[in-house]
Amino acid sequence: MRKLEFILRRLVSSIFVLIGVSIITFALSRVVPNNPAVLYIGPRARPEDIARVTKLLGLDQPLPVQYFIYMRDLLHGDLGTSIATKRPVLQEILDRAPASLELLFTGMFLVVVIGIPLGVLSARWQGKPVDLVTRTISIVGVSIPAFFLGLVLQIIFFRNLHWLPLAGQLNTDLRFTNPILPVTNFQILDALLTRNWVALKDTAVHIILPAITLAAYPIGLVARMTRASMLEVLEQDYIRTARAYGTKEFIVTYFYALKNAISPTLTVIGLTFAYALTGTFFVEIIFIWPGLGMFTVSSLLNIDYPAIMGMTLFGATAYVLINSIVDLLQAWVDPRINLV
Amino acid sequence: MTTLLEVKDLFLEFKTSQGILKALNGITFDVNSGEVFGLVGETGCGKSVTGLSILRLLPRSASIRRGEVIFNGVDLLKISRDEIESVRGSKIAMIFQDPSSSLNPVFTIGSQIERVVRQHMSVTRKEAAEQTKEVLSAVGLPDVKRIMDSYPHELSGGMQQRVMIAMALSCKPLLLIADEPTTSLDVTIQAQILKLLRNLQKNFNVSVILITHNLGVIAQTCDHLAVLYGGRVAESGPTETIFDQAQHPYTNGLMNAIPRPGGRGRKMATIPGTVPSNPGALTGCAFAKRCKFAFDRCVVEPPPLYRVDENHHVACFLVENRSK
Amino acid sequence: MRTIPTLSVESELKSTRTFSHVMGVIIRDPLSLASTIVILLFILIAIFANQIAPYPAEGTGKTNVDNAMLAPSPGHILGADRLGRDMLSRVIMGARPALIVPFGVVLFAILIGAPLGAIAGYKGGWVDNVIMRTTDLFLAFPSLLLAMAIAFALGRGLQNAAIALIVSWWPWYTRLARGVTLSLKERYFVEAARSIGVRDSVIIIRHILPNIISPILVQATIDLGTVILSMGGLAFLGLGTQPPGADWGLMVSEGRSYILNQWWISSFAGLAIFIVVLAFNLLGDTLRDIFDPRQYK
Repeated sequence: MRKLEFILRRLVSSIFVLIGVSIITFALSRVVPNNPAVLYIGPRARPEDIARVTKLLGLDQPLPVQYFIYMRDLLHGDLGTSIATKRPVLQEILDRAPASLELLFTGMFLVVVIGIPLGVLSARWQGKPVDLVTRTISIVGVSIPAFFLGLVLQIIFFRNLHWLPLAGQLNTDLRFTNPILPVTNFQILDALLTRNWVALKDTAVHIILPAITLAAYPIGLVARMTRASMLEVLEQDYIRTARAYGTKEFIVTYFYALKNAISPTLTVIGLTFAYALTGTFFVEIIFIWPGLGMFTVSSLLNIDYPAIMGMTLFGATAYVLINSIVDLLQAWVDPRINLV
Repeated sequence: MTTLLEVKDLFLEFKTSQGILKALNGITFDVNSGEVFGLVGETGCGKSVTGLSILRLLPRSASIRRGEVIFNGVDLLKISRDEIESVRGSKIAMIFQDPSSSLNPVFTIGSQIERVVRQHMSVTRKEAAEQTKEVLSAVGLPDVKRIMDSYPHELSGGMQQRVMIAMALSCKPLLLIADEPTTSLDVTIQAQILKLLRNLQKNFNVSVILITHNLGVIAQTCDHLAVLYGGRVAESGPTETIFDQAQHPYTNGLMNAIPRPGGRGRKMATIPGTVPSNPGALTGCAFAKRCKFAFDRCVVEPPPLYRVDENHHVACFLVENRSK
Repeated sequence: MRTIPTLSVESELKSTRTFSHVMGVIIRDPLSLASTIVILLFILIAIFANQIAPYPAEGTGKTNVDNAMLAPSPGHILGADRLGRDMLSRVIMGARPALIVPFGVVLFAILIGAPLGAIAGYKGGWVDNVIMRTTDLFLAFPSLLLAMAIAFALGRGLQNAAIALIVSWWPWYTRLARGVTLSLKERYFVEAARSIGVRDSVIIIRHILPNIISPILVQATIDLGTVILSMGGLAFLGLGTQPPGADWGLMVSEGRSYILNQWWISSFAGLAIFIVVLAFNLLGDTLRDIFDPRQYK
């Protein structure tokens, strides 16, 4: 019962935050120096066209009314229309989301599967060579700009070693020879589900470099966080108790200690989602990955205000939701967290 | 009365950033089966460290230089890692001063104790749960079912310590080492826990090493005791003997320092000076600097543990002539 | 181990944290020492860019088409970009927006955020609530996303990018300052001051703010690395310094299409960002170890 109450309160506070987010995004969209109507039609518009569009877009109304219209549209799923493609922004986002999500999930998977064990190992063997190697990897990951890392990986693995493809989600020839049937719109998943092994291998190989580039910073962060947290936990009295009862050291580390240490790591994973979201801007443009990141970057170039504002709202909303989920997970894992 | 544990001539050092700290310099005492044995001394005398040494629970910076810890005929200091791990919790169990930090906060009480049981005894989960219930009620906890599903932070200090004691007794060990078990508890709870320890000692037929700085606790609970100073045993023997006829100047000083009612207006007795910080670095008796009776030899040689009576040992040159 | 509260600020916050002690630790640790030297070196390069760069005019955009795409060679040790501009000069001139501007960003973020946080923590009540709700609102956005949106809305350019970053960053310092203030509020010396009638504003200025300085400084050092990365990111996206100016992030973007053959156009700028950020992170780690923020939780 207490847990249910906690969930509800979290949801309610999230809604308030989302309202605030919409206000800020709205404010930003009205701060723009150029007249949005002009941008919408183009630089050679005639005055009467500008007036007509201004009325159409509701830009002549007082601000609170504009906000109301904005919110009303929002709740109907209308995020505006892209100036560049003339299609609804929401549609553009939904079309491109699967590709980015695929990249994000693969990246986050790498973060959990590489970052956490690195941190644990580093803490367990503190001072030994493993620790040194891990800490080097972590600090490099956290310091290297994603846009630089991506280029370096391309040079090494494509140009020099010829092991991995340069860019793209899959080899374009396959569109004709082994097209993937759209089931979920997630390329790798669909290839797997339709037993399209050729395409599966190809898409898997294509996602490696972008995923690593995206995951580098979060891996570094998570490894450092996990290490610090584990070190602190391993000092605690209850670990001494576990040893005092003859528990094998690896159980002490991976079971008794880790369950306590994981909590701050979960928070960091929530933060890394924020990073990964914005990280896709850089990764996708370098690897020509057809996702939200590429859309954002091209919208920046095209000065497509509705698209950028739509992406901002979308990104912030996703971030708020992920953080709420992470909070709930944390409360579930650590019984000490006050559910009141 | 058989001898359960013999600690012989234990020397222990710590590597610190300021040099080598010689914490234990020849600890020797015996614990018999079926008794409560007290290890008493001021902060820094090495009593906690002695307890930890028995089970080899010391941090990496510590190294045992010399000595033996014979338990059931086996020197615990020489056996392998796996072997000592099988002794921990099953033959010898230890409880610590602060129960609130000694219990793992993210696991329920029941699961923590059950895991200990399943680690050392080959029983099914159901049997482990049963045993856990039994031992939790043996330590006087009401509503055992609810406690088993609770988390440590949901219990009071006294209950937490009872849980620790239950965990310690869950595999029916032969020896229980209790490191300052009541120091962080309220006085009224203290009395309860001590009483509990005495009863459990009889019911479970387990010997207890009670480590404390509180002479009152020793007087109430212990059959035999050893007084530690500067990493060495100053005096050891039966409780009554030591309280009535202490031979070592330090022990005498401690006894005199106990405030007695009715002494209003009289100055409280203290032992002048302070405890040495690195006692192992001293050449003679660790207490010599503060001792009224000290003479030249005291500063040069450390006095051995002379046997004054059947069970009574004193490490002081003053008793040399009377020793047997 | 229980700590006994003391009434003396001096004895509590003493010598483990003085400047000379910190410098001592840094000098003795090879990584920290190297990092500090690297940072100072780059700062000097940025300040004296005009004097150091071999072809300063090219550094900020004068083209030299004869040299287009020149590989690293004597005369142009780091090569030239597609407009023939000397890469070494570009990297040197690029140090200003990429390295110096982030200092300003962090400084302003602190100047705005820290006092707000101190006030929020000290006053409590509705003041605290309002400030914290606002902070939460800004922190609900992923930092770079918010910075991007603001930089975009304001229009492209270095100044707007800086403003965008300041607006994204100040809430972190508010939170930090508030946390420290809350724990300081409990300390006896604050209660003592209040009990003899010292005014709130004086307490905040004279007692609280000085004690906030060290955790903020540590955080700022760690943050500088991140802000430099973000600045580089914004520049890469075209939101920072505009061409033909020099800015490391921008340079990486400019050389992106040529990466496979004329790798030098992007690489040195990217490497510069990496090295500087690495240095700040290493230094920040050491500082954090010295100051142990756990004490302030």
